[in-house]
Amino acid sequence: MKKKMFASLLLGTALSLSAAGIASAQDKTVKIGSLSDQSGLYADLGGPGSTLAAQMAVEDSGMVAKGWKIDIISGDHQNKPDIGVNIVRQWFDVDKVDVVVDVPNSGVALAVSNLIKEKNGVFLNSGAGTSDLTNKQCTPNTIHWVYDTYTLAHGTGTALTKSGGDTWFFVTADYAFGAALERDTTAAVQASGGKVLGGVKAPLSTADFSSFLLQAQASKAKIIGLANAGADTTNSIKQAAEFGITAGGQKLAGLLLFITDIHALGLKTAQGLNFTETFYWDMNDGTRAFSKRFQERIKNHNMPTMVQAGVYSSLLHYFKALEALGGNPHDGAKVVAKMKEMPTDDPLFGKGSIEPNGRTIHPAYLFEAKKPSESKGPWDYYKLVATISADDAFTPLDKSTCPLLKK
Amino acid sequence: MQALYAQLLVGLINGSFYALLSLGLAVIFGMLNIINFAHGALYMMGAFCAYFLLNIWGIGYWWALIIAPIVVGIFGMVLERTMLKWLAGLDHLYGLLLTFGLALIIQGVFQNYFGSSGLPYAIPDELRGGTNLGFMFLPIYRGWVVVFSLIVCLATWYLIERTRLGAYLRAATENPTLVRAFGINVPRMITLTYGLGVGLAALAGVLSAPINQVRPLMGENIIIVVFAVVVIGGMGSIMGSIITGFALGVIEGLTKYFYPEASNTVVFVLMVLVLLVKPAGLTGRAA
Repeated sequence: MKKKMFASLLLGTALSLSAAGIASAQDKTVKIGSLSDQSGLYADLGGPGSTLAAQMAVEDSGMVAKGWKIDIISGDHQNKPDIGVNIVRQWFDVDKVDVVVDVPNSGVALAVSNLIKEKNGVFLNSGAGTSDLTNKQCTPNTIHWVYDTYTLAHGTGTALTKSGGDTWFFVTADYAFGAALERDTTAAVQASGGKVLGGVKAPLSTADFSSFLLQAQASKAKIIGLANAGADTTNSIKQAAEFGITAGGQKLAGLLLFITDIHALGLKTAQGLNFTETFYWDMNDGTRAFSKRFQERIKNHNMPTMVQAGVYSSLLHYFKALEALGGNPHDGAKVVAKMKEMPTDDPLFGKGSIEPNGRTIHPAYLFEAKKPSESKGPWDYYKLVATISADDAFTPLDKSTCPLLKK
Repeated sequence: MQALYAQLLVGLINGSFYALLSLGLAVIFGMLNIINFAHGALYMMGAFCAYFLLNIWGIGYWWALIIAPIVVGIFGMVLERTMLKWLAGLDHLYGLLLTFGLALIIQGVFQNYFGSSGLPYAIPDELRGGTNLGFMFLPIYRGWVVVFSLIVCLATWYLIERTRLGAYLRAATENPTLVRAFGINVPRMITLTYGLGVGLAALAGVLSAPINQVRPLMGENIIIVVFAVVVIGGMGSIMGSIITGFALGVIEGLTKYFYPEASNTVVFVLMVLVLLVKPAGLTGRAA
């Protein structure tokens, strides 16, 4: 007995020694940091659900069975860039994190993106919307998954303008994302022959939008563009209905709506809204299977948002790149370059590719919220109006102002 | 000019929430000397209470207006009896820290179960729709909020400043020992007062449920503004907090019209100015 134990101990030591030997050549450890708004207005669209999505990506990738050791940690940036930057700095310096995922809130994402470049990590952003991440602020370490303000502008903005909504007024969230979304949508509206009559900037996380909505009403614009997100958008929509804005003939454009927002609004209020997304749980067998599993495991039993789906999908692709590299080189730029070489393909977003500026491209969809009578049950909310091809949904490469392209 | 009238009215609507909440805070501070940081969380509980009543037992808005303040008020009284009671006579700071901690716990528990997006609560059928006032479309529900909260505020003021019960209450805060000597149960009265203040917060919560989403964090932001209202009005002054509540709502509304970016900060700028000129607040008496 004793002899056997001694033998196994010896074997164990030998094994661990050889493992250490290999480690220098091909390290098979990965640490993922899921940075999000864990408790504020964006917590339901990213937050704990994104950490769960990351967990599911690790499980589904089968990496652990292949000998990889993968850890996930999560952090709460509270929608404050300085807090986000501090967390990420600690993650890279102390916790040795390799890849940061999620990061809703464009203000935080832009700040974090620069730091991750400095630390040569990997930034797989699916939460933030600003198209600046793949334009003038692009880095060799960032990949922007899921959507950006260009997608939203060219999906919802163009569609509404072409269907007769040719005058616009914006209610904009007063930070990086709102500004980018208003800018991109203005461009899309004007390109389709529409006119922007004005706009008002509302502070982030406002409870009462009535003042802003009344200004929008007074502008007499046909479309009121809501360049905000999360609880800000749902509050605006609810209050617009209350003040008779929609009944008065003006139309609301929720430029960024997530399924959790539609759920919070209820179909009675949300019906008829048009919006652009790149993922919906009820698209095909792949999305349904993932979403059902996700819903069972998440505490509030929500369906996954496109942001959470993006965390899952981007990590799967990241793991594929690591496998192709035969180990984790702990060199962010190198991994990202490998990811860009490989075409993307996963059950949630289908086939796509990553452009040299870090933009993942795949089709986007213009949805309409169903009438309550059309809905077959909980979470049956969307009707597909149009599919926007990958080339139309994202900034064309020749228009991208990303410095990486000018080599 | 039309838009300006509309903004004034919208400001008045927000002001009614500020007034109701700051009134509860003023009552609690005035009578118990506790800076009740849990007020926002209790306001949120009022809204959730209305939501549960409707969705679990099918009890509508009108009953919720009565039941929710009572239920949350009782919860408040339990808090007072089990925790706050022990802090009587200690520095304000202890009460502030305790209630702040309670607020975080209550919000955390709700958030754990209900996330942060919020739950829908419909406007009662009787108050649906709106009227066109010429310069704006006034949703009937919002008009109701202004009128109702004004009545509640004035009734509370009357109760405390003009009735015998209110006189006992004020006397008990001045000199509890003496009032006890007259055979009045002072601890019970204090508990009931805390319950009243908490009930007012819950009432505001029910009122706001159809306007805002019923969200675990709905009290987090408003409470900071309301504290500024109380400070500007003068800590513990009942009428001061009512008037300041409505006035600040209007000022905030005007800011949203003239310079929207500053609408979140204007209340605090005013607070600083008032504190510089009149440290005890506009209607407060210097201690």
